[in-house]
Amino acid sequence: MTAPTVAPATDLAPRIFSRNIDDFDVPHGREEEWRFAPIKQLAEFFEPATWGSVGVAGEHDALVECVEINDSRLSQNWMPTDRPSAIARAKATHAVLITIAKESVHSTPIVVNLENSGENSYLHVEVHAGAFSKAQVVLIHDTTGNVNGSMLSIVEDQADLTMLSVIDADLAVTQHLHWFTEVGRDANFLGLSITLGGGVIRTVPMVTYRAPGGKAQMLGAFLLTGRQFQEHRILVDHTEPHCTSNVIYKGALSGEGAHSVWIGDVLVRREATGIETYELNRNLLLTDGPRADSVPNLELETGDVISAGHASATGRFDDEQLFYLQSRGIPEATARQLVVRGFFVEVLNKIDDPNLRGSLMHRIESKLGIVDHE
Amino acid sequence: MSMLTITDLHACVITDEGETPILRGVSLVVESGKTNAIMGPNGSGKSTLAYVIAGHPKYTVTSGSIDLDGEDVLAMSVDERARAGLFLAMQYPVEIPGVSVSNFLRTSITALRGEAPKLRTWTKDMKLAMSDLQMDPAFSSRNVNEGFSGGEKKRHEILQMGLMQPKIAVLDETDSGLDVDALKVVSEGVNRFKDQNDAGVLLITHYTRILRYIKPDVVHVFVDGKIVATGGPELAEALEADGYESYTTAARA
Repeated sequence: MTAPTVAPATDLAPRIFSRNIDDFDVPHGREEEWRFAPIKQLAEFFEPATWGSVGVAGEHDALVECVEINDSRLSQNWMPTDRPSAIARAKATHAVLITIAKESVHSTPIVVNLENSGENSYLHVEVHAGAFSKAQVVLIHDTTGNVNGSMLSIVEDQADLTMLSVIDADLAVTQHLHWFTEVGRDANFLGLSITLGGGVIRTVPMVTYRAPGGKAQMLGAFLLTGRQFQEHRILVDHTEPHCTSNVIYKGALSGEGAHSVWIGDVLVRREATGIETYELNRNLLLTDGPRADSVPNLELETGDVISAGHASATGRFDDEQLFYLQSRGIPEATARQLVVRGFFVEVLNKIDDPNLRGSLMHRIESKLGIVDHE
Repeated sequence: MSMLTITDLHACVITDEGETPILRGVSLVVESGKTNAIMGPNGSGKSTLAYVIAGHPKYTVTSGSIDLDGEDVLAMSVDERARAGLFLAMQYPVEIPGVSVSNFLRTSITALRGEAPKLRTWTKDMKLAMSDLQMDPAFSSRNVNEGFSGGEKKRHEILQMGLMQPKIAVLDETDSGLDVDALKVVSEGVNRFKDQNDAGVLLITHYTRILRYIKPDVVHVFVDGKIVATGGPELAEALEADGYESYTTAARA
């Protein structure tokens, strides 16, 4: 085993990059990165096990492949940054590899239905968007049982990649998912994370840049109804000059015991001059009882930036909005639907495909018990 | 011919500390084609009257009745009142993020008429109604009340009233915060709506200024939760000259 790479100290970036599980201690819950997480419920994610691997269901495009984990086309550089991701990388036997050829342009979304045997599984998915390519990849997590793993999006120079990840699991399910994105020179990345259900869901998206001029947007919509936990811990690591990042996460929570955590970390390194960054989290509490934690962090190692900002707000469903709409003849159920649609529209409107956008909105509304009147 | 009849209406706000009565016996009739002005000092409860007519959940009616053409308004939900033909132009319209004005108006009209308006006539009607109020066509793609100036909010309220064509419209301090140019545009909108629809208007205001542009048939003075004087337009002129002081002192005595 080689010694782990230990990065120079910053407040926000991971310190250890390694594929060796034992380079990471078992979290006890007092570490900054684990302090919101339900450590006990994640216990089986901290010890290596013999789980199957997530694969692809049904007919799929030829550029989607299920490969052995030692396939040489998988990223050799990427390193896990915590114990669950190190375990998943070490123990997964297969990976899903989606290769967008250099300069290829795909006008229709590439839809990938991820599936497993129904037992607990490790997941490793890589999307390689070749230089000057343009594509949308939709990952539907149709898995059952617990899932631990990582998704990688490698966006080569001047590629344009939209990647949508949809999780809608049942209450018994725990998932721990890293999502690592590397943006090349003048490349454009749009990541959309839609989380509609699950008992405990923890996502750790991380965006970094390989060269100047990259643009990255990470957008999230999440929904918690009843006793559910979700943590979305985002890190944008500005390593290169003249790049931009924009993070928008919106959550709607209802019912006793619903608990969401949003951490928006942005690190602007000394060499990352002339960048623009903004991050926003809005949470809508639809009933009494839910709890939403929201923590934006901005660490600047250079003052030579174009703009750097963040905003966070959590509010109750506004009875005055409901009154206003109803006073215009709109029945209560339709009024609630309008308000919730309006809340998520900023994120969902980024989904180009109207059928997909409509079906996601419909799933959100049916989970909230909002009747569709149209 | 429509008639809104309010009889001996009492309403309060219920808080943890108990009931605070705000309306203390309001009786009033608003008929088609007539404009009733309600004038009163700050805190007299005149805006509460507007909210109680519309059915705001913050207020509890303890006694009295509101009747629209034989129908019991107090038994209706907020949206049923609107569909029965009541409209409230609000003093502080709320923002609805992510919901465009055109989507909002179309949803409202669909609910009021029971069917979606035909797209072609709807677009034409909306354009015309907006140009009457000197509103930029781009306005319809903005989110409801989000980032609207005070004047834009009030124009938007009057725009809705014109499109929704209620039988009886309650205007809650529509004039407050408007400069004189905006006041003229808004007043013309109210007059046009009233003439075209033979509607009844209940105009709640703190100032007499708007009554130069919207001529009231009846003027009520509202103090301490009830009407203390009723007269013709000359009553408004007397208030302009003398203020509310004689009424407020009488109410305290």
